[in-house]
Amino acid sequence: MTDSITRETIGSDDIDPDFVNVLVKAGADRIRTCIQCGTCSSVCPSGRRTAFRTRELIRKALLGLREEVLSSPDLWLCVTCHTCLERCPRQIKITDAIIIMRNMAVQEGFMLPQHRKVSQKLLETGHAVPIDEKNMEMRKELGIGEIPPTVHSSEDALDQVKKIMEITGFKKLIETEREEKE
Amino acid sequence: MTEARHYALFLGCVMPNRFPNIEKSLRVVLSKIGINLVDLEGASCCPAPGVVRSFDEPTWLALASRNLALAENMGMDIVTGCNGCYGTFKEALHVVHEHPERLKAVKKTLKDVGIKYKANVDAKHIVELLYEIGPSGIQKFVTRPLEGLRIGVHYGCHLLKPSKLRPWKHTERQTFLDELVEATGAESVSYQDKYLCCGAGGGLRSSSADVSTDIAREKLDHLLDAKVDAILNVCSFCHLQYEVSQVQLNKELGENKYQIPVLYYTQLLGLAMEIDPVELGLDKHMISTKPVLEKLGL
Repeated sequence: MTDSITRETIGSDDIDPDFVNVLVKAGADRIRTCIQCGTCSSVCPSGRRTAFRTRELIRKALLGLREEVLSSPDLWLCVTCHTCLERCPRQIKITDAIIIMRNMAVQEGFMLPQHRKVSQKLLETGHAVPIDEKNMEMRKELGIGEIPPTVHSSEDALDQVKKIMEITGFKKLIETEREEKE
Repeated sequence: MTEARHYALFLGCVMPNRFPNIEKSLRVVLSKIGINLVDLEGASCCPAPGVVRSFDEPTWLALASRNLALAENMGMDIVTGCNGCYGTFKEALHVVHEHPERLKAVKKTLKDVGIKYKANVDAKHIVELLYEIGPSGIQKFVTRPLEGLRIGVHYGCHLLKPSKLRPWKHTERQTFLDELVEATGAESVSYQDKYLCCGAGGGLRSSSADVSTDIAREKLDHLLDAKVDAILNVCSFCHLQYEVSQVQLNKELGENKYQIPVLYYTQLLGLAMEIDPVELGLDKHMISTKPVLEKLGL
């Protein structure tokens, strides 16, 4: 070959023909009607400042590039503002599709360390953002009770919340993955 | 009218655990305008739509349903002052109403921890309750009109979208919050990208702080251009984003370029009702609210 152009070829091994079906079944109906118009990318606040392109993500999903989509950090640049979903001329529930793909990514072990930390806090305290000393002090000064009347004030309530996260498998999902990574 | 109605107050995480000052203002102001709130005791994280829903949707649905069930069993609708929590409850109700098999699964999980749930409960944002009273109704509580105060209104995302699952009349370019702001006598100033996201959601604040802060920076620049006296929000997470991002940006720049006071709606209304700024938690902000108070001659 004399030309120096590199051509990216998608191998059939990279394609999971069932991927789109799974997305549709999980609630991202109409995703197949995407016309690649790019409205989603043009209204995306993350896309304004990063290389994240919603249109590209949807195209890759439609091609069945499961592994590439699920392992991509881009999947986590969506702020879930729902603007693309509102503006999509095909009325595709794009944000829902992204959330479905994120769930699949986590199932396969692709979870950002900061997100695992947030999940740990939820597992331990029932709050993704638990109280700290500084804010206990501020609450006291404001006269609204040092500890808020939430799970923070009730062991029974916290036990319920913890048990729910065991039943749904969240505890296992978060803690097992951590062990694998370490 | 709903004078006699009581609502179960859902606090969430950020409001009680990071910005108790806005919680205080919410409690003080709403009690004075006839909105009766009862603490939803034992509530957990909503859980957050951008993170927990993104990690494991069934866990998100089960925990959201538990919070909704606690309110249902009090015989009250749930009310929140955070757009993220509002989004979670609205969507969680939609899921179980549309999919009976999901409701059945949730009921079983909750039964295992001793909680009954029928999904016969509604979720409201405090702004909905305020708008039910209406701008003219709110105006009746105003004893010190905030004339001359220039406010940049930030709606946030989950208060408005997905519009199919929200109660507002329009799907774009809402005005209800501007109307509530102007009922205090302040001016709602238009600025570029007013309806743009604050950048905190979707797990971005925790995982990609640089991108998240840059989205806030863009909005802050537009607000500086519009020469506002304060940013007004109705979401504890947007509130956090604007407070924290300004501190971060100033640190990076090595100068105090970003000093726009960040007000929660009940703080603004409280000022117009002549409530002591300390009672409204205005002395406990990361970005000083003094310029606002000085402009009002306080």
